[in-house]
Amino acid sequence: MAEKVNHKPYARAVTSEWIFRHPRYVRYMVREFSCLFIGGWTLLMVWGLKQLAAGPDAWAAFLELLRSPASIVFHVLALAFAAYHSVTWFNLTPKALPLQRGEAFVPDAAIAGAHFGVWAALSLAMLYLAGAF
Amino acid sequence: MSERAIELEVLRYNPETDSAPRFQRYAIACPEEWVVLDALNHVKESVDPTLSYRWSCHMAVCGSCGMMINGEPKLACKAFLRDYDGVIRVEPLAHFPVERDLVTVIDDFMAKLARVRPYLMPKDAKAIEAGEYRQTPAELARFKRYSMCINCMLCYAACPEYALIPKYIGPAAIALAHRWNQDSRDGGREARQAEIAATEGAWECSFVGACSEVCPEHVDPAGAIQQVKIRSTVDWYTRHLMPWLKK
Repeated sequence: MAEKVNHKPYARAVTSEWIFRHPRYVRYMVREFSCLFIGGWTLLMVWGLKQLAAGPDAWAAFLELLRSPASIVFHVLALAFAAYHSVTWFNLTPKALPLQRGEAFVPDAAIAGAHFGVWAALSLAMLYLAGAF
Repeated sequence: MSERAIELEVLRYNPETDSAPRFQRYAIACPEEWVVLDALNHVKESVDPTLSYRWSCHMAVCGSCGMMINGEPKLACKAFLRDYDGVIRVEPLAHFPVERDLVTVIDDFMAKLARVRPYLMPKDAKAIEAGEYRQTPAELARFKRYSMCINCMLCYAACPEYALIPKYIGPAAIALAHRWNQDSRDGGREARQAEIAATEGAWECSFVGACSEVCPEHVDPAGAIQQVKIRSTVDWYTRHLMPWLKK
């Protein structure tokens, strides 16, 4: 006759320690946190549109605010986080969009590279429309 | 043959006597080419026969010896001792309840694996006498990497989403569902969607990507999950915007 087995599994607690268990988790959390800066910048732009609609004085005050040191620090951070998000995200695109040609797959670098190419082209088009050159 | 002295710090838990796990150290001398599994076998044979852990093939095929080695999910048979400095900490696979020592309770994964129906559901079923289902090399290439999964569960131990949301069906189960969905002979995608296209399926994933980094067979579950998301999104738009395309 089978001996009675005493099952008493121990569930180890999940703590936020996992974030620092390996650098990959820190990199992931940085990517997740980038949304705060990108979302904040978007809200700032919506508020800017509201100021533009409110008249020349409100718009001038908004532009003045953008020149403040705090605003410049925020914009530098937001740009850094947005670039980090875009670069890490485009590097992941070959996983989501594998392209099969016959028995082989298009190299990862070509798929990510195409995204970087379109990104650069669209950025240049935006700068051109904004009158940067 | 050169030898080196190593120290293992192994998580011990005896459900009959312990209320919580504790660490126990074993100092042993071992040949340069040993892996962690060799060291555990040596401890069990010569030092402490009460140590419990799972293993079988010793060649990264069976998927039994997955454990946390210095906090990283690894197959003990593939983790060379020479790649580690100082005390090597060996713990049971993270995110699974501990049955005893390094043995975990894997019922949750087994149940989830069954839910995604990881087997051929023929598109055009035929009698055995009618012969085999034929496939071209290109059709094989579509799913081959996902078929390499050995069910070792390292991806579950690496996945913070699975740790935080235990209902999440998880990387290996979705990768295996995707493997059959990608198979030209299979017609079971509709049936699998109920599990993998649900909130507890692919949409629980926030693309940490750790599963693919720790996979010993380079299955790339993270890629499979994103492809499931894309196909589910296309399904949704087809159903809502172009219902006439659906049969």
